[in-house]
Amino acid sequence: MAILDKHGVIERNVTLLAIFAFLVVTIGGIVQIAPLFWLENTIEDVEGMRPYTPLELTGRDIYIREGCYVCHSQMIRPMRDEVERYGDYSLAAESQYDHPFQWGSKRTGPDLARVGGRYSDDWHVDHMRNPQSVVPESVMPKYGFLENKMIDGKYVEDLISTHAFVGVPYTDEMIASAQADFKAQADPDSDYDGLIERYGEKVSVRNFDGAAGISEADALIAYLQMLGTLVDFSTFTADVSR
Amino acid sequence: MAKKPVQKQEVETTGHSWDGIEEFNNPLPKWWLYTLYVCIIWAVWYSIAYPAWPGIKSATAGYLGWSTRALVAEEIAEVEGRNAAINEKLATVELASIATDPELKTYATSSGAAVFKTWCAQCHGSGAAGAVGYPNLQDDDWLWGGSVEEIRTTVAHGIRQETDDDTRFSEMPAFGDDYLEPEQIDAVVNYVMSLSGEPKDASVVAAGMEVFAEDCASCHAEDGTGDREQGAPNLTDAIWLYGGDYDTVKETVTFSRFGVMPDWNERLTEAQVRAVATYVHQLGGGE
Repeated sequence: MAILDKHGVIERNVTLLAIFAFLVVTIGGIVQIAPLFWLENTIEDVEGMRPYTPLELTGRDIYIREGCYVCHSQMIRPMRDEVERYGDYSLAAESQYDHPFQWGSKRTGPDLARVGGRYSDDWHVDHMRNPQSVVPESVMPKYGFLENKMIDGKYVEDLISTHAFVGVPYTDEMIASAQADFKAQADPDSDYDGLIERYGEKVSVRNFDGAAGISEADALIAYLQMLGTLVDFSTFTADVSR
Repeated sequence: MAKKPVQKQEVETTGHSWDGIEEFNNPLPKWWLYTLYVCIIWAVWYSIAYPAWPGIKSATAGYLGWSTRALVAEEIAEVEGRNAAINEKLATVELASIATDPELKTYATSSGAAVFKTWCAQCHGSGAAGAVGYPNLQDDDWLWGGSVEEIRTTVAHGIRQETDDDTRFSEMPAFGDDYLEPEQIDAVVNYVMSLSGEPKDASVVAAGMEVFAEDCASCHAEDGTGDREQGAPNLTDAIWLYGGDYDTVKETVTFSRFGVMPDWNERLTEAQVRAVATYVHQLGGGE
């Protein structure tokens, strides 16, 4: 086994050792990571997914800014206890427009992947103001200040086009009307036909925080109330081989 | 004093020597070498048995056909299968007869407790004591009725869910919107407070009584005991959903309240709805 006795050559030459080590790590990386970009069973195409509306995307930024992901995951794992508690397990496609995804790695609070529609808007307002008023055993901090911070969507067009830049299929029309859509979604008295036309029938148009004007609470609640609601699991059957 | 190297049989050295120190070129220990070989064989078997090798369109599915999605579906089907008979019975029997069947009652109460802790506790509290705006389910004060049938209807169809035709729906006017003058609101608030405790200003209670008879009695009844048909709360007990102090009652009269509850038949099975109704019914206030 003459070739196996040659290791001495590599061990004596540090540059050669570095080159070979790099090659081995590269092969491992390519085999593990690269196929994820072309294998069909890692990119499940699911009906119902749509990009976030401008208001929801703003809410999502607030979710990230406040570090909600530190205590809340958005990933229901395929295990019976999680499915019984939170609903159908999360599909990869449900995070396809998330940049970055909010799967999280720790649950101090419950998973939020399917929190949409589970509670009323009023409950969310009560809960943000004082989580212990509805869940006495909760350790969540208070987020009442979000209601007082009014936002006008000044930069929402930039936000949408940034997401379009990284691959979310926002059309030019969606980008151009971002600010109008942002305002329409929080005002049920506005003309929101364009918003519905662009983002679909299921978009909720409400005054989410129940108070006048658009506050950060409106945006965050709009985001929370749509989480996990896009895919219709009464008609969708997950492919077990995925 | 330099010892002689301890070596049972002659082994070659690696050939180099530093200051007279040489290194034996011993073979790897047998146990270590065979462990390595076993690991290599195991890795090959593992990559064949489980999903592993990427191809052009998909990865190999693996000889064992292992899938977390299949596993969780199987596990859920197994538990559902085990409970199928009793769930079927729970979903179809007369609601009132659940209480008389010990086996069914035990099952409904404990599975209802699980449903409650998963879906209801966030508003009504893990002990069902409620919170401001979310009713306490342990007392015997009921907005829409406390029999197990009424509780089932409330759970299944929710409160003020406009998408559900059978939902519980009531809407108190916001009396601050041109219905009543501020003095009249002040008077009626004091009157309502006097029904179960001490008013803030006793001098206007008589005037408030008149306002109450004219504008409130049609739903809350002449004597203020409420009307479950319309979901109008009893105002004569000292149990308050939003609070019984002057400012809170005034806010309620001025702006009204519009609490909602989901129509759980959208998310839960009939057996689960009945189980949680049974659980809530036996908490203490059931009628």
